[in-house]
Amino acid sequence: MNASTASSPSISSRPLAATRIAAGLAALAFGLVVFLATGFAAPSQIHNATHDTRHAFGLPCH
Amino acid sequence: MLKSIVLSAFGAGLLVGVILTGVQFLTTEPLILHGETYEQAAEAPAPAPETAPVPAMSTMAGHDHGAAAAGEAHHHDEGAWQPADGFERSAYTLLANLLMGVAVSAILLGVMTLKGDPIDARRGVLWGLGGFFAASLLPALGLAPELPGTAAAEIGSRQLWWLGTAGASAIALALVVFARFYLLKLLGVMIAIVPHVIGAPPPPTLEAAYPAALGAEFVVASLVASALLWSLAGLSSAWLYQRLSRPAG
Repeated sequence: MNASTASSPSISSRPLAATRIAAGLAALAFGLVVFLATGFAAPSQIHNATHDTRHAFGLPCH
Repeated sequence: MLKSIVLSAFGAGLLVGVILTGVQFLTTEPLILHGETYEQAAEAPAPAPETAPVPAMSTMAGHDHGAAAAGEAHHHDEGAWQPADGFERSAYTLLANLLMGVAVSAILLGVMTLKGDPIDARRGVLWGLGGFFAASLLPALGLAPELPGTAAAEIGSRQLWWLGTAGASAIALALVVFARFYLLKLLGVMIAIVPHVIGAPPPPTLEAAYPAALGAEFVVASLVASALLWSLAGLSSAWLYQRLSRPAG
C-alpha cells in the first residue's frame, strides 16, 4: 500500500514520456505508410493516379 | 497528444497539397506534358492508327488505348486504368499531393515529437528543410528527378536505392546535427556517402527522347517543388500543432 503510493509521484512523469514516444512513433509510422502508398505503391492503378505527383517530387517512377 | 498531431498533419497536409498542386500546375506539370509528347512520338508506330474515340465514361474498366492519341500514353501495363487527361488527371494529382502533404507533415511531427523539443513554426521549417535534404536533395544526386520518357533501370531497384538513400541520409543528418561527439558527426558524414559509393542503379542509356534543356528545367522545378513541400509542411504542421496543443484559455 505504502510503497505504491510513495512511488506514484516518480512514475507520474514517466507516462508522459511514454505517451510522447508512442505518439511520435505512431505519427511517424502513419506518415511513412501514406508516403509509401502514394509515392511507391506498385499497382498500376495507383501508379497512374499518382503519376504526376511522383514525377514532380522526383520519386522513382515507371 | 496523438490527436493534436493527426489533426495538425491533416490540416497542414491539405493546405500544402493545395499550394503544391498550384505550384506544380505552373512549373512541373507543363514540363511533364511536354516531355510526354516526345515520349509518345518516340513510341508511336510509324503509321498512325485510326484515332479510336475514347469512351466518354471510361472509368475502372476503361481500356483506353485510344487515349494514346489524345495525350497520355505509357509503356507499362497499357491495359491498366489511368485517369483521363484534363480534369480527371488533375484531380488525382491534387489527391496525391494532399496525401503527400499529410504524409510529410505526419513524418515531420512524428520525428519532432520523438526528439522532444518544443514544437513551433521555426523548428518546423528547420526540420522540413532537413527532410528535403535527406529525402530529396541527396537521393537526387544518384537518381535525378526524371521527365516521363527517361531511360532508367528497373523500377524496384531504383525504389530500393531511393528509400535506402533517404533513410541513410536522414540518420546521417541527425548524427551530424545532434551528436555530441565529433567522431559521431564524422560517422554521420560517412553514412551519407555510402549509398553514393554503392551507386544508384544505372540507366541502360543516357539518351532521351526529349531535349536535354527540358530535362534540366525539370530537375530544377522538381527540386523546388520538393523543397516547398517539405519546408511548408514543417512550417504549417508545427504552427498548427503548437496552437492545438496549447492549453485552452
